[in-house]
Amino acid sequence: MLILLPAAAVAWESVLAGTPEASPNYKLTEHWWGMLIDISKCIGCGNCVRACQTENDVPDGYFRTWVERYHVSDENMTTPQVISPDGGKEGFPVASEDGEKYFFVPKLCNHCADSPCTQVCPVGATFISPDGVVLVDQTYCLGCAYCVQACPYGCRYIHPAKKVADKCTLCYHRITKGLTTACCEACPTGARQLADLKDPKDPIHEFLKTHAVQVLKPQMATGAKAFYNNLDGSVR
Amino acid sequence: MNAFKDAGHLFRFAGLFVIAFLAFLAIRAYVVPKSFGQYGHYRGAAIGEIAAHTVKFAGHQACETCHTDILDVKKNGKHAHVNCEACHGAQAKHADDPASVTPVKPDTAVLCARCHTASAAKPKGFPQVVPADHSTGLPCETCHNPHNPVPGADAGGAK
Repeated sequence: MLILLPAAAVAWESVLAGTPEASPNYKLTEHWWGMLIDISKCIGCGNCVRACQTENDVPDGYFRTWVERYHVSDENMTTPQVISPDGGKEGFPVASEDGEKYFFVPKLCNHCADSPCTQVCPVGATFISPDGVVLVDQTYCLGCAYCVQACPYGCRYIHPAKKVADKCTLCYHRITKGLTTACCEACPTGARQLADLKDPKDPIHEFLKTHAVQVLKPQMATGAKAFYNNLDGSVR
Repeated sequence: MNAFKDAGHLFRFAGLFVIAFLAFLAIRAYVVPKSFGQYGHYRGAAIGEIAAHTVKFAGHQACETCHTDILDVKKNGKHAHVNCEACHGAQAKHADDPASVTPVKPDTAVLCARCHTASAAKPKGFPQVVPADHSTGLPCETCHNPHNPVPGADAGGAK
């Protein structure tokens, strides 16, 4: 009987708390969000980085999304040279026409289904929501930065003013209102597309079936949901 | 025989245990947030709080409800799938209050070059120019309407 009490308390609390007030017609259980990134469409303009900073008040020098430019030289195919000046916010230096391989890779939180970052949080301040978005409860976060070092993709940082973990929310305040993310809205070439894996009408299903799509660091089995089309093997 | 004859010290200890347990429950009820554990080991209300953040990019659907003339110019051109705010920036404030918040017209010299400056890193099919050679210093909109950029496709400059 005594052992049962805490469990009963938790159950009672969840009854008291009710459902959170998101959008009126938004149901947490009917979505499973991810993103599709088409490397062959990215032109490295930095629109996504600027849009993200505007939409989410990301401080200068910190990035929820950023763009990397890879240069795979003919001599060393396995060790690419990667640059990302100011996250690619103001574009990139012109790549020379030397016949070597250059391409852009936009990066953001992969919103992993089995994320290492949420598993290490000692206080339950970061979590994957029932609709598949990895979020930080900034009123609960202690700023210990365990999650920052646990993320294999380097997608988290400690907010310099708030002193708590901060990261991509997949524009949760937008996608719950039926809008797309700020980065997708601002992308001029459609290189980034928000995907709802639970929506049978979402074009992501057809795309995944008909294209060679990869995730970053699949060997880490993080269940990453940022799907990359035409991803080069040198990308880390 | 009274089985509890010499058990007074046990009752005192049990009493202490009960008090400590009640204190634990009281403190726990006070410090654990109401919605903690609603969906998992986290505060369920945080989801609603994050969803309540302010939107700054209105979304092209909002733009298109009023700017149908621009939509008509755009729809057959190469920029048909470039969303309004990709060039014009975040306009949710303008969408909420079009009369008092007027967007600043973007500078085409910066804007066009961001995407169309030639670079080996860009996809091969993407239209690219070396701005200095291509325009000889003329503003892009002298020849191109940004909403339908192929010259001659739509007469006139930026609308």
